[in-house]
Amino acid sequence: MGWRAAKARDGVVAMQQNCDDTRRASAKLRCLPSIDSNPPVTPSSSQAPLVCLRDVRFAYGEREVLRGIDLEVHRGQVVAIMGGSGCGKTTLLRLIGGQIRATGGSVDVAGHDVGALGNDALYALRRRMGMLFQFGALFTDMSVFDNVAFPLREHTALPAAQIHDLVLMKLQAVGLRGAAGLMPSELSGGMARRVALARAVALDPMLVLYDEPFAGLDPISLGIVGQLIRRLNDALGASTVMVTHDVHESLHIVDYVYFVSDGRIVARGTPDEIRASEHPFVHQFVNAEVDGPVPFHYPAPAMSSLLEGNGR
Amino acid sequence: MMSRSTLDLWVGVFVVLGFAALVFLAMKVGNFTGLSGAPLYSVEAPFDNIGGLKVRAPVKSAGVLVGRVADIRFDPQAYRAVVRLELDTRYEFPRDTIATILTSGLLGEQYVGLEPGADVAMLKAGDRIQITQSAVVLERLISQFMFDKAAETPAK
Amino acid sequence: MSAVVNFVRRIGAMTVDGVWRVGFAARFLLMVLVYSGQSVRRLHLTIREVYFSGVLSLLIILVSGLFVGLVLGLQGYETLQRYGSSEALGVLVALSLTRELGPVVAGLLFASRAGSAVTAEIGLMKATEQLKAMDMMAVNPLARVVAPRFWGGVISMPLLAAMFSAMGIFGGWLIGVVFIGVDDGAFWSQMQAAVDFRYDILNGVLKSFVFGVAVSLIAVFEGYDCNPTAEGVSRAITRTVVSSALAILALDFVLTSFMFRGQ
Repeated sequence: MGWRAAKARDGVVAMQQNCDDTRRASAKLRCLPSIDSNPPVTPSSSQAPLVCLRDVRFAYGEREVLRGIDLEVHRGQVVAIMGGSGCGKTTLLRLIGGQIRATGGSVDVAGHDVGALGNDALYALRRRMGMLFQFGALFTDMSVFDNVAFPLREHTALPAAQIHDLVLMKLQAVGLRGAAGLMPSELSGGMARRVALARAVALDPMLVLYDEPFAGLDPISLGIVGQLIRRLNDALGASTVMVTHDVHESLHIVDYVYFVSDGRIVARGTPDEIRASEHPFVHQFVNAEVDGPVPFHYPAPAMSSLLEGNGR
Repeated sequence: MMSRSTLDLWVGVFVVLGFAALVFLAMKVGNFTGLSGAPLYSVEAPFDNIGGLKVRAPVKSAGVLVGRVADIRFDPQAYRAVVRLELDTRYEFPRDTIATILTSGLLGEQYVGLEPGADVAMLKAGDRIQITQSAVVLERLISQFMFDKAAETPAK
Repeated sequence: MSAVVNFVRRIGAMTVDGVWRVGFAARFLLMVLVYSGQSVRRLHLTIREVYFSGVLSLLIILVSGLFVGLVLGLQGYETLQRYGSSEALGVLVALSLTRELGPVVAGLLFASRAGSAVTAEIGLMKATEQLKAMDMMAVNPLARVVAPRFWGGVISMPLLAAMFSAMGIFGGWLIGVVFIGVDDGAFWSQMQAAVDFRYDILNGVLKSFVFGVAVSLIAVFEGYDCNPTAEGVSRAITRTVVSSALAILALDFVLTSFMFRGQ
C-alpha cells in the first residue's frame, strides 16, 4: 500500500511552522506542471505528491483569506486540514477542486497546475476527483439510486444494466443498498452523507475531497462516516483531503494533519505528534479551550473605556 | 417522481393541444384559407382625396375581397394620393377598371371598390388605374346639401 | 444642494447597476445558448421541463382564458349593442385575444406559475450546493440544469398563449352566442373576415414567443444569480415575477408599436 510508505516517510518530517527555503525550492521543482496538455494521467513517479500547494495566496476582493499556504498530499494518504470556522479551510479545498483560482502561488493536482487549466482540461481532471459537500448536496429531485448513477450516466456510455450493478455496489459499500429507492428528503443527515459519499466515489476517483464531512452528525453516524472515509480511501487506492474541525474523530482516521489559522499553516504532523504537541494553537484546538491564541473576544475597545463613555 | 413514459405522454398531449389551438386560431378565427399566402400583384391608383382610407383596408369587387391596400403615399408633383393595391393573382381586371373609395355602412371602415370596365387588355403588375373616384367627405356632402337647400328656398 | 447631488448620484448608480445587470443577463443568455447543445441531444431533459413549465401551467391557463373570454363577451356585447353592431362581438373578442390578451395575460400567468417555480428550483439547488456539486462532477450546470429549463419555457409559452386565446374565444362564443343569442353565423364570419392570419395571429404568436424567451431568461437568471440562502431564494422569486411582468408589458408596447402600425 502506497499510503503506508508515504506515511512512514512523512512521519520523519517533524512538526514545523515554516519549512526552509531550500526545501520549498526543491519541492517546487518536483511539482512543476507537466508540459503535455493531454488529459491528466498519473505520472509514473510515485514519489511526486498527488496534490502540491506552494505559497498559495487567495483574497476575496480586499480581504486576504490565505497568506502563503504550503501543503502536500501523497498518494494513498488521508490528510486533514483543521482550523477554526472561517479560517480559510474550505477556500483551500475549493482551490484544489479548481472552483476558484489562487491569486498567488501554485496549486498542482496530478501534475497539472489547476489554476492554469482551461475549462475542458479542468473538467477532465475533475472526473478523477470526487467531492463530498458539507451537507451532501444530493440532487433533491432524484432518488438515491439516480443520485449515485448521475456521474456514471453523465460520463460513461455504460449500458443501463451495468450502471445498475455498479450503483448497487457503491451503495452496498456505504451500507445503503436497501435505500436505493428512497428520495433524499426521506434520508437522515448521516444517511444522506453516506449516499453523497457513494456518489463522490462512483467514478473511482484518484482524489476525494471532503468539506466538513462530520458537521451536524450524531456520534454513531459520525463514527460510521469516519470509518467509511478511511476504508473507501484504502479500497480505491485514492488520496483524501478532508476539511474538518472535528479533532477527535479525524485523528483516528487520518495520516497527516495541517492546522490552518489566519490564512497560514500554523502546525502540521501525524496524529500522534498532534496529540503530543505543545504548540499553543494545537493545544487550544485539541483540548477545546475557550481562550488561547484564538481569543474569546472579538477585537473591541477595552470595557472600561466603554463604561466611561456611558457616563458622559 | 413519475416514470418517463407517463411524462412523455403528458408532454405529448400538451404539445398536441397547443398545436390544435394554433390550428383553431388559423382556420376558424383567422382567414388562413382566404387571401393569406396567395400570390399577389400590385397596381397603383391615384386619388384626389382618400378620406379616411388606411393601409391594409380591403379591396373589394362586387363585394368580394380581392386584395388589400398595401401602401398610401402623397405624390408631390400631382398633389394627389397614390394608393398601392395588392390584388390576388387569381383575379384579373380590365385596364379601364374604376377604383372607388367606398364606406361600408354609414360610419364603417373605408375600402376600395373595383368596378371592372370593358377593355380587352388586363391590368398587370405595376400598372396604374386611370379612372378613380375619391372618397366622399362628409363635411363636403353636408355643405353641398346646405347650399342646395339655400338655393332652393328663395324659389319657393 | 447636496440633496440634489445625492438624488442625481442615486439615479446614476441605478442606471449603472441596471445597465450592468442587463449586460450580465445578455452574457448569461449567450452562455445558455452556447451550452444548449445538450438540451437538444438529450431531449428528455428538455421534455421534462416542458412538462414542469407547460403541462403544469395548463389548468391555470385554460381556466383563466375561459374567464377572460367570458368577461370579454359580456363587456363587448354591452358596448357593441349600444351601436347596434353586436354581431361584431366575435371580431372584438378574437382580435383582443390574439393580438394582446392572449400573449400578455398568458405570459403574466406563465411568469408567476412556471417562472417562479424555475427560479425557486435553481435557487434551491444553488443554496444547497447542488450546482457546485454538479460542477465538481465535471457536469456543467448551465448545460445540465439551466439550458433545459430555458428551452422548456421557450417551447411552452407560445403553445400556452395559443391555448389561452382559443379558450378565450370559446368563452366569448359561449356568452355571446349561447347565452345572449348573437347570431352564430355572423359571429364566426365577421371574425374570419376581420382577423388576418399573418397580421393578427402570427404576430400574436411571435409576441408570445418573445415573452417566453424573456420570462424563461429572467427565471433561470434570477435563480442562478441569487444569494445562496433561504432569504436570497425568496427574494429571487419575487424579482422573477416583478421583472417578468415589467418585461412583458414593456416588450408588448415595443412589439405592438412595430407590428400594428398604421392600422
